[in-house]
Amino acid sequence: MTEKIATRDAYGRALAALGKECPDVVVLDADLSKSTKTIDFKKNYPERFFDFGVAEQNMIGTAAGLAASGKIPFCSSFAVFATGRVYDQIRQSVAYPGLNVKICASHAGVTVGEDGSSHQSIEDIALMRVLPNMTVFVPADAVETAGAVRAAVRIQGPVYVRLGRSAVPVLHGEDFIFEPGEAVLLRKGGDATIIAAGIMVSAALEAAGVLAGQGIETRVLNMHTIKPIDVRAIIRAARETGAVVTAEEHSIIGGLGSAVAEVLGENHPAPLRRVGIRDVFGESGKPEELLEKYGLTPGKLVAAVHEVLQRKKSV
Amino acid sequence: MKISLAQLETKIWEIRRYIILMTTAAGSGHPGGSLSAADIVTTLYFRVLNIDPKRPDDPERDRFVLSKGHAAPLLYAVLAERGFFPVQELMTLRKLGSRLQGHPDMRKLPGVEMSTGSLGQGLSAANGMALAAKLDGKQYRVYVLLGDGETQEGQIWEAAMAAAHYKLDNVTAFLDYNGLQIDGPVDEVMSLGRVADKWRSFGWHVIEINGHDVNAILGAVEEAHQVKDKPTMVIARTVKGKGVSFMENQVDWHGTAPKGEKATQALIELKAPR
Repeated sequence: MTEKIATRDAYGRALAALGKECPDVVVLDADLSKSTKTIDFKKNYPERFFDFGVAEQNMIGTAAGLAASGKIPFCSSFAVFATGRVYDQIRQSVAYPGLNVKICASHAGVTVGEDGSSHQSIEDIALMRVLPNMTVFVPADAVETAGAVRAAVRIQGPVYVRLGRSAVPVLHGEDFIFEPGEAVLLRKGGDATIIAAGIMVSAALEAAGVLAGQGIETRVLNMHTIKPIDVRAIIRAARETGAVVTAEEHSIIGGLGSAVAEVLGENHPAPLRRVGIRDVFGESGKPEELLEKYGLTPGKLVAAVHEVLQRKKSV
Repeated sequence: MKISLAQLETKIWEIRRYIILMTTAAGSGHPGGSLSAADIVTTLYFRVLNIDPKRPDDPERDRFVLSKGHAAPLLYAVLAERGFFPVQELMTLRKLGSRLQGHPDMRKLPGVEMSTGSLGQGLSAANGMALAAKLDGKQYRVYVLLGDGETQEGQIWEAAMAAAHYKLDNVTAFLDYNGLQIDGPVDEVMSLGRVADKWRSFGWHVIEINGHDVNAILGAVEEAHQVKDKPTMVIARTVKGKGVSFMENQVDWHGTAPKGEKATQALIELKAPR
């Protein structure tokens, strides 16, 4: 069985490793270091770790000042607080001046589980994607998370990294190279394409396996960078397979599905089905129950592929 | 570069004239709160801040953050007079293609330390700069100007708590307490209550001064330097629209530029120190 690691755990480890290599890296948290896993960094580099208490706005604003003075601040909280709660601070003090602040948010999506909708961020990708100067990463596994964190340091400017609470399968070997802005082709196929991000990537692979059994060869693209999005890979997928399904643990409004729809609409219209949260808030429950309820399952992806294939035939 | 106190007084009135000239040329902007803080900001730039206009990115420089970003005309006039960019450029304020945006943009204009305009965010940024100094063992100090209405923002108090918690004695904040905000007197819109007590209870060293008294401003800066382990808040009582008789204490001049005869009259009144 494949090893499972939560991306937040991988983040904690990657950050602690960075602490040694990059003396300018500082880490900020808002009373959630045990959950966001910044605690690993805190243990090793207490003098470069700053807790702001339950005061996210000031955390982001302070990060802006640190970045303006040459530091590379990593700010963490739950995705719902690290984006929506501080949207204006990110917009005004970070994105507009293009300051070198990294926002690495854990507990994204409905797989937060029992805490319920107040803690389930389904709109963070949309909020971050709309900001000029912002780069948006949604790593799918532990290896990609480590790569995204390293890439974030290399990028001069604001970066948002979306992380999850629950353990997810490790998809890549240690030799995987995370290239910002480049979709990863995980499975070849000429009949349809599933473009997925985050925890939905493994669901997409599972769906593609099921579809193969039905004689449908599905291409699977892992879109770990939502912005800048890999326009060429999306157009190529539309041109070569003629049918596209997107898969994300996020609202279908403003997230990966929207980004793909924008590219297709402007460049190469093709039948598209966006699988994601369909404009509703989440609720309490076990992560797997919620994935089932909101249709974020391999089964729903299989059905979505069948649907776009039907429309492809009638085009 | 430190000018004499007499030269400083002259400079402050010159800055006030620029504020009128710039906002008039722009046809919009915020003269009231620019005039009220003119003494504080001019004094900081010409007598206090360790800065070199030729090296605006010098890591050792002192920082000034204009948290009340709408006082941009004041900051721009002072930066130009201090040599960060040509004085002629001041008249491009708020015009398309200008580096002098309606609110300060640190990426466009040298000398601007933080992009501000959305109120309540500058103190956090100043704290970040001060924390960076502590981490690097640098001696620079960070100054920040807050508007009184601005301190109604919750983020200010988050930042106030954090500055005390992290013992940021390299932060000196000025409150431009002119008592007026857009909707009227601060006390009527949303009273700040016992301002000095509030900051003191948040762990700050508090100094109360007349914000139009240059010696008092310099004295407060000096006192703040001596304070260890605590940030300093200088509550500066000021007059909105200071220096122009018909603008003083008139809330309508918060965000309205003088035109025609009004502008001429303002410039005449600002010709000589009163």
